Amino acid sequence: MNAITEHGVYWLCIALMMTGLYIVISRDHLVKKIMGLNIFQVSVIMLYVTMAKISGGTAPILQAQGSESGEAVYSNPLPHVLMLTAIVVGVATTALGLALVVRIQLAYGTVEEDEIVRMDREDPE
Amino acid sequence: MSEHYPVLLVVLPLLAAPICLLLRHGTASRILAVLVAWTCLAMALEVLNQVTSGENISYMLGGWAAPYGIEYRVDALNAYLLVIVSVIASVVLPFGETSSDLTVRTGSLYLYHAAFLLCFCGLMGIAVTGDLFNVFVFLEVSSLASYALIGLGKGRRALRAAFSYLVMGTIGGTFFLIGVGLLYQKTGTLNMADLAVRVRELTDAGVGLRSVIAAFAFLVTGVSIKLAVFPLHQWLPNAYTHAPAKVSAFLAATATKVSFYLLLRVLFGIFGAAFVFGTLRLHVLLVPLSILAMFSCSLAAIYQRDIKRMLAYSSIAQIGYMTLGLSTNTELGLTGSIAHLFNHALTKGGLFLVVACVAFRLQSTKLEDWSGIGRRMPWTMAAFVVGGLSLIGVPGTVGFVSKWYLVLGALDAEWLPVAILILFSSLLAVVYVWRVVEIAWFREPPDDVEIKDAPLSLLLPTWILIGGTVFFGLYTEITIEVARKAAGLLLGVAP
Amino acid sequence: MTPDVLIALTLVAPLVGAIAVAIIGRKVDDADPASRPAANLRDGATVVASLVTFGLVLNILQLVQGGARPSLELLEVFHGVHLAFEVEPLGMLFALVAAGLWIPTSIYAFGYMRGHHEINQTRFFVCFAVAIFAALGIAFARNLFTLFLFYELLTFSTYPLVTHAGTEKAKRAGRVYLGVLVFTSVAFFLCAILLTAHYTGGDLEFTPGGILEGKVEGTPVFVLLALFSFGVGKAALMPFHRWLPNAMVAPTPVSALLHAVAVVKAGVFTVLKIVVYVFGIDFLQAGDYSVWLCWVAAFTLLASSMVALTKDNLKARLAYSTISQLSYIVLGAALATHHSILGGGMHIAMHAMGKITLFFCAGSIIVFAHKTHVSTMDGIGRRMPWTMGAFFLGSLCIIGLPPMGSSWSKWFLALGAAETGQWVFIAVLMLSSLLSIGYLMPIVGRAFFRPPKAWTDEDGKEHVAQTEYSEGSPLCTVPLCLTAAGCVALFVWGGALRDLLLPILETR
Repeated sequence: MNAITEHGVYWLCIALMMTGLYIVISRDHLVKKIMGLNIFQVSVIMLYVTMAKISGGTAPILQAQGSESGEAVYSNPLPHVLMLTAIVVGVATTALGLALVVRIQLAYGTVEEDEIVRMDREDPE
Repeated sequence: MSEHYPVLLVVLPLLAAPICLLLRHGTASRILAVLVAWTCLAMALEVLNQVTSGENISYMLGGWAAPYGIEYRVDALNAYLLVIVSVIASVVLPFGETSSDLTVRTGSLYLYHAAFLLCFCGLMGIAVTGDLFNVFVFLEVSSLASYALIGLGKGRRALRAAFSYLVMGTIGGTFFLIGVGLLYQKTGTLNMADLAVRVRELTDAGVGLRSVIAAFAFLVTGVSIKLAVFPLHQWLPNAYTHAPAKVSAFLAATATKVSFYLLLRVLFGIFGAAFVFGTLRLHVLLVPLSILAMFSCSLAAIYQRDIKRMLAYSSIAQIGYMTLGLSTNTELGLTGSIAHLFNHALTKGGLFLVVACVAFRLQSTKLEDWSGIGRRMPWTMAAFVVGGLSLIGVPGTVGFVSKWYLVLGALDAEWLPVAILILFSSLLAVVYVWRVVEIAWFREPPDDVEIKDAPLSLLLPTWILIGGTVFFGLYTEITIEVARKAAGLLLGVAP
Repeated sequence: MTPDVLIALTLVAPLVGAIAVAIIGRKVDDADPASRPAANLRDGATVVASLVTFGLVLNILQLVQGGARPSLELLEVFHGVHLAFEVEPLGMLFALVAAGLWIPTSIYAFGYMRGHHEINQTRFFVCFAVAIFAALGIAFARNLFTLFLFYELLTFSTYPLVTHAGTEKAKRAGRVYLGVLVFTSVAFFLCAILLTAHYTGGDLEFTPGGILEGKVEGTPVFVLLALFSFGVGKAALMPFHRWLPNAMVAPTPVSALLHAVAVVKAGVFTVLKIVVYVFGIDFLQAGDYSVWLCWVAAFTLLASSMVALTKDNLKARLAYSTISQLSYIVLGAALATHHSILGGGMHIAMHAMGKITLFFCAGSIIVFAHKTHVSTMDGIGRRMPWTMGAFFLGSLCIIGLPPMGSSWSKWFLALGAAETGQWVFIAVLMLSSLLSIGYLMPIVGRAFFRPPKAWTDEDGKEHVAQTEYSEGSPLCTVPLCLTAAGCVALFVWGGALRDLLLPILETR
């Protein structure tokens, strides 16, 4: 039971990770590959966000003095911050990837990788 | 001012890139880029000077103390790397007229320089930072910029090569990110020096090892993809072949070197040699892979019909040498690997620039088109011969210096068969280098085309790098002293 | 001037000559008679460079004979390993041979290249000068690294000379040349050097008495010696001798100086030097480490002599004769006794003088009589008496009969074999002398005692008995007469040579 309640999220992360990687490898359509990469990156974001949440922790906003007793337990804001950066990186990667796909479509007339490979092989150059 | 050099090395190119975009002018952006590169070179040399004579530099970004703030930490190893990257950038940026294999209209050249400066910034950032997540950020910055640069090559295959590199590179970067996350979960810190201490505590106590080993696996795999360790090297031949020649020169000489530096930091800096080679026994995996890289890629290089492809496979083989030196876990072997960072950068950078010179005149990098050009372009091909001799490892060149230390390192580790294999694989280099020599001099040049030697603006940067291979092959005092110091540091990092 | 400056000048002189030739020769087109004056100037530069170099070498000789060991240290390249030079008697001898014989070879080369209407002469003479520079570097090297550096330089600088013709055949010969030499030098020689560094903790200096004693014993020593012997491919020990006959595709001046003198002598010089200064004669004797090498050398000696008997192409015959004679020196090194080392060292000079004469003659015959095969050389003695007379003297030198200098070296080699009690090697030496009579004397006999006859060349073309050729250019004939006379002179100076070499036997 523990494996699911405590680690269920990690299993989800792994599932997403593998799905993303599988899509990248198995799908020939270049845009789908980019989607796969995105799913892969999302799983990593989930991993980080998961590790930030502390059981019993509250939002990481400094409590004013004189409110509830004792020290407050905050969830860790750092992984969220890191993931903001990672999201940006992911966006940039996706944008660049899609730009390349547009150019490939213009140059080859298709965005299916098997066709592209075939066209390149037949090209004497 | 000089105490800010570590961060200026990153900030200056980072600021210059959007300024290039705003300038919207090809020549102006080029001048800016060259100035930035030369300034960074001067700063990097000053930093190297500081580190070798004094002590390591520790720079806190924004004044926030480590391990909470981001720390830029410079010791002998990364000072060396900063100089290498700056030198290559300083030589490649002024490199001559626009080569025809750069598919950018002259009016849009500022875009090329902006991307170049971003790549340069990213590489310097990886080298100088002491924070693991910061490494990821700069890794992605430099990678994205290099995907764009590669996509600027002639022909549509450049686009495909850039896309494949993008996919593989992103997977590599994301693996790296997973590794960082797992380490953060176990240790609570991202600062590399702090991580070294805490990871050591964990491995010594044997606590939470599964996560640590998983983190190790992800980190090493991610970096290995960037480093093009066999068999994760599939992206490299296409990327270097179809990129514009001077982009290949820059990337071949810097990107893989910085990735290797990262591997060194992760293995020796964070996890420590005792854990990596004692408990995990990484060398059992890395040594056969390195040897496979050396032999299979040298053999592959022999059969290539395109020179850039040949040099690309040769690069993978040279990376095999570096990882082999790393695996010996001896001071001599590590000195050889670290020295090879510089030596291979000079050699490969120079050779790719030679290809750029020839491509400038011939518009082709196919070996059969190079018939007889030895007589038409003597200075250019002389540069190729000298660079080729350095690849082979003839004494008097930098290639020999690295090989010397690598073999001695293997002998030190009591791996005699490995030492012999290193020597034999350099014989393969003789074959593919001499193939080019024979085609260039023993065949008749085509009569119909008037070919002259490359112009001075192209020859000068080329000969600076190629001349460096001979100069530093004999005057090894600085390079070997720094490499030795760096190797000692890495091996000594075991608190 | 101070000794180190003297060494530096001596090394630099051929390089300066090379640069001068390159600059002057830039505008020279050898096919165009109008550039003849410039060509003469360029060739003059070579002669001047060779004379200056030899003069400087003689200056160093004076120092060495007085007991000094002039040295020059340049850079520390690796930890404890410098790019450094030091002149000791063996190196002095090699330098004398290389620099001294450069002079007649240059003059001969002018006559040959012009007579043969060769092109690309500038490149030729530049590479020649660089090769001499490399040979001097090998002669003066103070440690294994410096020696290896110049050894490889010699290989690569002679490649353009070997492939000078630029034909498909030359290219293939160049491949064998480079392939064998680079393979042996990287796979074996460099391996041996690094192993030595590993065992001695980084000491690679040539030291009287050797550096391995006490550091290594048993099987590793055998392996090291094997790696060194086969690694020095320029010594042409079988089975790594193929490059030598292949290199005969080069123009004869190249064959003469480089493959009868500089390149091959660099090889056997290296073997001798390593035996004396890295292993140490006493060390080798104590462990019987080099007995197997005696047998390998003896085998090469006899086998190549026998092959020489079967070769009709004169240059090929001389090439195999060279391989055989080189093994004399390797045998001397392997016997590792005082006399055998002396004999081996002396043979460097004796064989050089004799072989260069023979090659000069072969070249003259090729250029002026247009004959390459022995079977067609009936009666040339009548038309080219000086050339064939010199050939006769050179043959005597190779055979080892008095009054040729090589009788001394053979004598010492035989003494060395006797010293170790291995009489079989004396028999080997005798047998090989007989074989050399067999492959050299018939040529002389044919030349003088048979009338010219018609012959068919290898393309099937018929030639009538030629009577219209003659000695050819004096630029060729004079040098070969000088070297032939040198063979006799070395007999007279044999004692001086021995005295020069005697100090190398001292340990510490």
